[in-house]
Amino acid sequence: MAGTAIHGRLKWQLGTVVELVEETPNTRSIALALCNWHGHRAGQHVDVRLTADDGYQAQRSYSIASAPEDRNVVLTVERLADGEVSPYLVDELRIGDQVEVRGPIGGYFVWEATCERPVLLVAGGSGVVPFRSMLRHHRAAGGAAPIRLLYSARSQSALIYRDELTRMSGYPEIDIRITLTREQPGGWDGYRGRIDRGFIDLVAWPPADRPLVYVCGPTAFVETAADALVTLGHAPDLIRTERFGGTGT
Amino acid sequence: MALSPNFHSRRRTDVDPARVPPGQYVTSGFPVLSAGPTPKTPPADWTFTVRGAVDRPRTWTWDEFRNLPSETITVDIHCVTKWSKLDTSWTGVSLETLLGGTRTQAQHVLAFSDGGYTTNMPLADISDGRAWLVYAYDGAPLAPEHGGPVRLLVPHLYFWKSAKWVRGLELRNQDEPGFWERYGYHNYGDPWREQRYTGD
Ligand SMILES: Cc1cc2nc3c(=O)[nH]c(=O)nc-3n(C[C@H](O)[C@H](O)[C@H](O)COP(=O)(O)OP(=O)(O)OC[C@H]3O[C@@H](n4cnc5c(N)ncnc54)[C@H](O)[C@@H]3O)c2cc1C
Repeated sequence: MAGTAIHGRLKWQLGTVVELVEETPNTRSIALALCNWHGHRAGQHVDVRLTADDGYQAQRSYSIASAPEDRNVVLTVERLADGEVSPYLVDELRIGDQVEVRGPIGGYFVWEATCERPVLLVAGGSGVVPFRSMLRHHRAAGGAAPIRLLYSARSQSALIYRDELTRMSGYPEIDIRITLTREQPGGWDGYRGRIDRGFIDLVAWPPADRPLVYVCGPTAFVETAADALVTLGHAPDLIRTERFGGTGT
Repeated sequence: MALSPNFHSRRRTDVDPARVPPGQYVTSGFPVLSAGPTPKTPPADWTFTVRGAVDRPRTWTWDEFRNLPSETITVDIHCVTKWSKLDTSWTGVSLETLLGGTRTQAQHVLAFSDGGYTTNMPLADISDGRAWLVYAYDGAPLAPEHGGPVRLLVPHLYFWKSAKWVRGLELRNQDEPGFWERYGYHNYGDPWREQRYTGD
């Protein structure tokens, strides 16, 4: 699981939008066809660059939602109402449009299906994106590691990849635990409330199993979850984090 | 270059563009980038060490460090994840002060932190008054998620070089890539030349 350094310069290239999937009312998956793509590792991200008519450019990072084995590179973007880039990607982008992309980036927040250690994935909101890449990679590569995903979303309608996750949870190695923090549908028999120490203690593997842990989501979510994991006795050097941003003021 | 016809800038208009490096945008928040959980070292257990290719290694305790002359500086910071924050105010000790008594032929530095984080840079970049060890942000003790009790501040490089939770510097004759530098990020990291990733 050593990191691979990127050799040579990562160049900007044009990605053509070939498919758009409405995941939730606020979230859309964007499949990009890229001519010059040499594969990625599950967990990596790309930089996306937009150029306005007046030449103004903005760049942001997006995790790759597709598996290394998939044909296209898929990004899943959540709209932040007051955001500069995400509303454009979620609401404006059409099939056939092009955006500039460079990547893949990041060699630490990655997972390989050849690794057999139990894996604990802890996602808040759109933090589930790189985990879909890891879960798909696990299936495509026939991984043997047991994977448990703890996924916190506001409500059932805010669950990204809901159907796919439901299907995935049918595999014996994959165990998915969803908690809805704000609103639960009638008859909901899953978990409620935020991912905190009590929740992790209840549903995660015990620290003695030494799982490899990945935590991803808004910064405040990652801080809380990673702190709880350390307090419960998980080894800090087995916990990898990806903070998506949003620390407010 | 792809034009995105319906994409419109929401960049702040109250900011001097000459202060924003290429590909960066100005935020008023203070985002956090770290590879793992946030370590929480109480000041009483904190020390700072200068070691490696030096005439003699030196270590400061928290009290010794806090008795060194400190200054408050206002600088712009630039994170490789694209945000920049202008006019941030920090209080700390210039690395010139800490390195002043050390004799060395070394040209490189590897900073090391609690949690195993490391980052490298040329010694010249931190020994000429452009780098500090800071313990306060905006006049208040530095919060753990922002690197407290003490972090490095090297504002002329991308902010991952400003190692959080820093515990010392290893002076080296040979350059040794640090944590992010081994994972594909640029070895030097000058935001004005947009040196984000290896090869940039
Ligand atoms: C490595 C990495 C991977 C990422 N992967 C994804 C991904 O897969 N999907 C995805 O949707 N986003 C992802 N993000 C976040 C993404 O890069 C942008 O920050 C996000 O889309 C907001 O950009 P914007 O231009 O719309 O908002 P901005 O104009 O940048 O910000 C608008 C406001 O929202 C706040 N804000 C910024 N980010 C967040 C956040 N994540 N949560 C809450 N508030 C926020 C800002 O502080 C600001 O107040 C990732 C970020 C990183 C660093």
